[in-house]
Amino acid sequence: MEADFELFPAQASTIAPLVDGVFWELTAVTAFFTVLIAVMIMVFAIKYRRRSQELPRRIEGSLRLELFWTIVPLVIVMYLFYHSTSVYFTMITPPADAMDVYVVGRQWMWAMQHTGGQREINTLHVPVGRPVKLTMTSQDVIHSFFVPAFRIKQDVLPGRYTTLWFQATRTGKFHLFCTEYCGTNHSTMRGTVHVMEPRDFELWQESQADGSLAAEGRKLFLKLQCVVCHSADARARGPVLEELYRKDVPLEAGLRATADDNYLRESILNPRAKIVAGYQPIMPPYEGEVTEEQVIQLVAYLKTLGRGQTPLRVEATQPPAAYRAPEPPK
Amino acid sequence: MSTVLTPEAAEPKPDAVRPREHYLNVRFGIASWLLTVDHKRIAILYVVGITLMFFVGGAAATIVRVELMTPAGDLVSRDDYNKLFTAHGIIMVFFYLIPAIPAVLGNFVLPMMLGARDLAFPKLNLLSWYIYVAGGVFTIVALLAGGIDTGWTFYTPYSSADSHTHVIVTALGILIVGFSSILTGLNFVVTIHTMRAPGLTWFRLPLFVWSSYATSLIILLGTPVLAITVVLLAVERIWGVGIFDPAIGGDPLLFQHLFWFYSHPAVYIMVLPAMGVVSELVAAFSRKNVFGYHFIAFASIAIAVLGFLVWGHHMFVAGISPYASLIFSLISFLVAIPSAIKVFNWTATLYQGSVSWQTPMLYALGFIGLFTIGGLTGLFLAALAVDLHVSDTYFIVAHFHYIMVGGTVMAYMGGLHYWWPKMTGKMYPEWWGRFSAILIFFGFNLTFFPQFVLGYQGMPRRYHEYVAEFQILNVMSTAGASILAVGYVVPLIYLLWSLGYAKDAGPNPWGATGLEWQTPSPPPTDNFAKTPVVVNPPYTFTAKEAEVVG
Repeated sequence: MEADFELFPAQASTIAPLVDGVFWELTAVTAFFTVLIAVMIMVFAIKYRRRSQELPRRIEGSLRLELFWTIVPLVIVMYLFYHSTSVYFTMITPPADAMDVYVVGRQWMWAMQHTGGQREINTLHVPVGRPVKLTMTSQDVIHSFFVPAFRIKQDVLPGRYTTLWFQATRTGKFHLFCTEYCGTNHSTMRGTVHVMEPRDFELWQESQADGSLAAEGRKLFLKLQCVVCHSADARARGPVLEELYRKDVPLEAGLRATADDNYLRESILNPRAKIVAGYQPIMPPYEGEVTEEQVIQLVAYLKTLGRGQTPLRVEATQPPAAYRAPEPPK
Repeated sequence: MSTVLTPEAAEPKPDAVRPREHYLNVRFGIASWLLTVDHKRIAILYVVGITLMFFVGGAAATIVRVELMTPAGDLVSRDDYNKLFTAHGIIMVFFYLIPAIPAVLGNFVLPMMLGARDLAFPKLNLLSWYIYVAGGVFTIVALLAGGIDTGWTFYTPYSSADSHTHVIVTALGILIVGFSSILTGLNFVVTIHTMRAPGLTWFRLPLFVWSSYATSLIILLGTPVLAITVVLLAVERIWGVGIFDPAIGGDPLLFQHLFWFYSHPAVYIMVLPAMGVVSELVAAFSRKNVFGYHFIAFASIAIAVLGFLVWGHHMFVAGISPYASLIFSLISFLVAIPSAIKVFNWTATLYQGSVSWQTPMLYALGFIGLFTIGGLTGLFLAALAVDLHVSDTYFIVAHFHYIMVGGTVMAYMGGLHYWWPKMTGKMYPEWWGRFSAILIFFGFNLTFFPQFVLGYQGMPRRYHEYVAEFQILNVMSTAGASILAVGYVVPLIYLLWSLGYAKDAGPNPWGATGLEWQTPSPPPTDNFAKTPVVVNPPYTFTAKEAEVVG
C-alpha cells in the first residue's frame, strides 16, 4: 500500500498474472486496431484531400473485404472469449482446502470473522501462500469487496451469501475498497488486507484468540434452544443436523437442495422456504432475531457438527418462544 | 439521391421587395412556437431544452472534477458529491444523450430526407416535446428541492429502502421523459414506413434513416420496461411491498436485471443515431457514396437485436450464475462485430474520395477514432476475467464516456454544424468551428484516457475521497475537463452569433446529396414546393451539386 505512484497495479495473488495476461492481449488488440484505423484515416484524409471540384469515382463496396473484416474480428473475439472465460472459471472456483473467513459488510465498514473467532474491522489478516475463501453478506444495502492487487471483486448482497477466493503471493498491505455505491460514506468504506508470513500469521491468530466461531455457534445453538427440536434422538421434531454440510437434502414435493452456506442461512432465517421431506413446517423464522454475525457462527458450528456430536437435550428446556404446536394428526 | 426538382426550389431568387417566406419567418410570437406542429420548429424547441440540460449536467460534472483534484473531500460534502454525480448522470443520459440526436437532428432532417412535409403525427410530435419538458421540470425540481443520491442506476435496496433523498420525484421525471422517447420513436417508425417520396425505396434511404429506424425499434421495445421498473421501485418505496428489498422478501438482483434490460439497449439508443450522422458526414465530406451501404444498414439492425441480449454483462460481479455470465460474455463479444463492420466501412469510404476537412468532417473523423477506442475497450468488459477486476472502477467511467461523449456528443456536434446552415440559413464561422472541434478532441482525450489507467489501478467510481497514489491521474483528468468545457462553450457563443451576423448559407453549402439539401435554407414550412421524385441510388453526387460550393 505504498503511496508512490505506479502506472500498473501490484500483482499480489495467484490470479493477478492470469488476469493481466488477458488484459495485455486485449490491450494489444485495442492498440493494433486503433492505430490501424487512425493511420488509415489520416493517410486517406491527406492523400485524397479535396484538390478540385472533380467528383470521385463511385465505389459500391466489396464483398471480399466485408467478409475479411467480419471474419478476422470474429476469430479474434472468439479466442479472447475462450481465454478470458477459462481464467474466469479459475477465479470463481476456490480450492477445497481454502481457509474460511466470513465477511459482513454494513454502512460503512467491513467486519471480518475468522474460524478461530478472531474478529477484525476494516482489516483482514491472511497468511501468504494459502488459499482463502471469503463468505460474504451485507446487513443493509449492496456493497462490493474489491482488492485491486489481487484482481478480485464480488458484490456483497443482503439476504444471501456470495463468495470470493484468493491466494496471496506477496506479504504486505493491500487496499480493500467497497466498489458498489452504498450511500454517504461509500468512499470511506475502505480497508487493508494484511498479508503475513505463515509464522507471523499464527502469532497474530494466537494474540487475537477468542472462542472459535464454531464454539460461539454451539453456545447460540443451545441458547436459542435449537437443540430442543434438532435433538438427534427419538423425540426429534426437526431433521438431524449432524454431517449435514454439503449433503443433498430431500425436500417436499420431490425437490432436492444442497446444504451449502446459503441453504443453512436461509433455513435459519426463513425455514419455511425449504421444508425437509417428512417434517412439519413448525420452525419459527429467526429473521430479525439473530444478527448476520450470529448466523455465520451458527453456520460455522453446523459445518463442524459430526456424527453423535449433537448436545444432549435438557428435559426442562422449553421449545423456542415462537414455536406453535402442530395440529395433532386426526 | 438526385431528384427531379422544380427550378424554384433549387435556386431561390433573391427578392428585393419581400424576403422569401420560410419556416422561421412565416409566423412570429411565443404562441407560434409553443403551439407549432412543424417538425422543424419542434426541433428548434428541442435544441433549446437539450442545450439547457447539457450545460446543467456539465456544471455538475465540473464540480465533480474540481473536487477530485485532491484525494481529500474538500470542496463539497460527501452527500453533495453523491448528489452531483447522480444529477450529472441522470441529466446527461435521460435528458441529453437519449433525445439529442433523434429529437433535434432527427426531427429536423428525417422528414426532409424522406421528401415528406412533416412527420406522420405532427401533434404527437409536439406532445412529445411537452412531455420532455414535464419530465425535465420534475427532475430539476427534485434537484432544487435537495437532489437525489442514488446514482443514475438507482440500485436497490439503497434506492428503495435507504436513501433519504428525492427518489420518487426524480424517478417520476424519468418515467415521464421515457414516454417522450416512445412517442418520437413511434412517429419515426410510422413516418419511415408510410411517407417516403416516390422512388425512395428502402435501399435508397440515407443511412441516418436506417439508424433512426433501428433506434426507434429499441425505444419502442425497451422504454416500457424502464417505466415498469420505475413503477415497481416506487411501489416498494412508498407502500413497502417487497419486490427488490430482501428484508421484506424481495430480490435486489431483479431490479438490476430489469434496469439493464432497458439501460443496455439504451446505450444503443444513444449511439446508433450518432452512427447514422457519421455515415452522412463521411459521405458528404468525401463526396463519395458510403462504402458497403447494405452492410452498414444491416449492422444497425444487428446491433439493435443483439443489444437486447447482453444486459447481464453489467452484472458479472453482482452474483448471477456463472453460466449466465458465460452466455452474456459470448453475446457481448459478438456485438462488437457489427460495430467493427461500420468502422471499417466508414474508413473505406474515404478511399479515393474528395476529402474536405471542414468542421463537421473533423467531428466525424474524431468520432471514428474515439468510438473505435470506446468499442474496443468494451471487449475488456465482455471478457469475464478482466471485467471482474475493472467493474465499478474508473475504467468503466472512461469506457462509457468514450462511447457517449467521444461518440454521441461528437456526432451531435458534427451533425449540428452540418445541418446548421439548413436549420438557420446561416453559415457558422469555419475557423472557430475547426478550433473548437480540435479543442474538444484533445480535451476529451486528456480527460478520459487517464481514467482507463486509473481504473485498472483500482480506483472505484463514485468515490468522493480516494487514496493518495491516484492523485496524478485525477489532476490530468481535471485539466482535460477544463479544456473540454471551453471547447463546449465556444460553439455556444459562435453559433448564437451566427444567427445575427453570419453570411447566408444557400441551399446546399456542402455540395451534399440528400433531399434536405435540395430545398432552400431555411426550408419553407412545407419543406418542398413539389414532392420530389427519387430516381438514383443514395449518395449520388452530381457535378451540379459540386458547383454549388464552386
